[in-house]
Amino acid sequence: MITITEQKPFEEILQSLEKNTAVYIIGCGTCATMLHTGGKSEVLTMKERLEEAGKKVTGWMVIPTACDQLTKAALVESARTIQEADSILVMACAFGVQTVGFYIEMQVYPALNTLFVGKEEGPGHFIDVCMQCGNCVLASTAGICPLVRCAKSLLNGPCGGSVGGKCEVNPDIPCAWQIIYDRLAAQGRLVELDKIEPIRDWGTSASGGPRWFNVVTSDE
Amino acid sequence: MKAGTNLEKILESGQFAVTAEVGPPKGSSPAVIRRRGELVRNSVDAVNVTDNQTAVVRMSSVAGCAILKTLGVDPIMQIVCRDRNRIAIQSDVLGAIALGIGNILCLSGDHQRFGNHPTSKSVFDIDSMQLIQALKNMRDEKQFISGEEVSGEVPIYIGAAANPFADPFEFRVARLAKKVKAGADFIQTQAVYDVDRFRRWMEAVCERGLDKEVHILAGVIPIRSVGMARYMRDYVAGVTIPDEIITRLEQAEKAKEEGVRIPLEIIEQLKEIPGLHGIHIMAVGWEDIVPEVVERAGLLPRPVL
Ligand code: SF4
Ligand code: SF4
Repeated sequence: MITITEQKPFEEILQSLEKNTAVYIIGCGTCATMLHTGGKSEVLTMKERLEEAGKKVTGWMVIPTACDQLTKAALVESARTIQEADSILVMACAFGVQTVGFYIEMQVYPALNTLFVGKEEGPGHFIDVCMQCGNCVLASTAGICPLVRCAKSLLNGPCGGSVGGKCEVNPDIPCAWQIIYDRLAAQGRLVELDKIEPIRDWGTSASGGPRWFNVVTSDE
Repeated sequence: MKAGTNLEKILESGQFAVTAEVGPPKGSSPAVIRRRGELVRNSVDAVNVTDNQTAVVRMSSVAGCAILKTLGVDPIMQIVCRDRNRIAIQSDVLGAIALGIGNILCLSGDHQRFGNHPTSKSVFDIDSMQLIQALKNMRDEKQFISGEEVSGEVPIYIGAAANPFADPFEFRVARLAKKVKAGADFIQTQAVYDVDRFRRWMEAVCERGLDKEVHILAGVIPIRSVGMARYMRDYVAGVTIPDEIITRLEQAEKAKEEGVRIPLEIIEQLKEIPGLHGIHIMAVGWEDIVPEVVERAGLLPRPVL
């Protein structure tokens, strides 16, 4: 599992920093480093480009895991150089950006777009396998998520556009329902497809409004 | 009778039905719908009005249907699941019934990626199977999806689509059975060019007895040009056009005439297929050809019930 990010166009980053003159850059040593979007070398390149664009870079660091609580300690440790800036540019996924913003009152800007939490399917090839819907249907779909892997989130697929194992929406991606069908067939479970999957409760997903969770400890 | 529409009467009386399709304008003119409706009204039993087909914004299906109604045409309102959630869909269904629309065809919808608003957010709150089921529940149990009661009658003749040319082929009959179980009263299929495959599908349909439970209308598309045929073969989801048809069009002296002759030959063969109850002519943008096709296919005059 890895958070998939890509760098925003430099012009967009400059636009975010339009009113700022001094920037502190934070990268992330985990996902963004693996994907070459916010590791040390990308941070240094960003520093150079910002300086070329006339910004002062007061300092930078690559936090081991920007979304982690330890980010707080890292921010405290570097407080002096951070405070010399009037903004922080975070080269981490949106979790990292929001974690930094959570611990510090300064202006925080994202340098990356966060795409999805990816699963590595083949070397260097990541796919979206779950949108955290809060009401998992994998039991009836042979372990393949139809909500994110079928372009129409069909619960009763495959649609009439599934041809040759490919999705009608994009011939480069497989039809999720063909995979589901093949897996169920191999497991001798095709009869399960006769059941009409009922209309679902999207209230547990992001559609239901902001979500939160409280851990209940066993001695409570 | 479930809705008492002309389409329902024709099909339930065991006659071979003919339907056509009208694409609403990318604008607000009712005259366009009227003109297209006038073109086909005496040649067909009911007319589909597409719902933002290929994800291109057009006048709404419900409005198009209401306009056709004023001409005395029996409209079939298409609903796709791409743009509206269950709240909007159920509300549109009630509105359609209030306007006298009785046939509703349930579809998933083409993905917006290919339309003229590719950056829009898709809905897909429910899928076409669930939509069929929801409409049946509204009609037969007087219930909304939530379980709450609908006031008044909800007379709908429920339609659904089937594509015998999609994969996996073995599942295509099972999927039809699912739609019938969900509540489909009639089915309009994807365009038939590969009659052999269609025949095999219909055999399996009849073997399961589904032809007794649902009325199947085979889709037919007149071909305007070789370019259109190639485009459909390469870019229209779920349509398969055998190479010999393309070759025939390429070699024809008058491609347009050939483009009518081919569907006519297909209709001839379709008429012989046991269990088939009608044809659905999809000549969107070429509505003027519909009367000619129906006449030359020997399907005129249309019965008056
Ligand atoms: S059904 Fe929901 S929880 Fe299960 S994999 Fe799909 S998105 Fe994730
Ligand atoms: S082709 Fe397959 S993956 Fe694509 S929308 Fe249809 S069922 Fe979903």
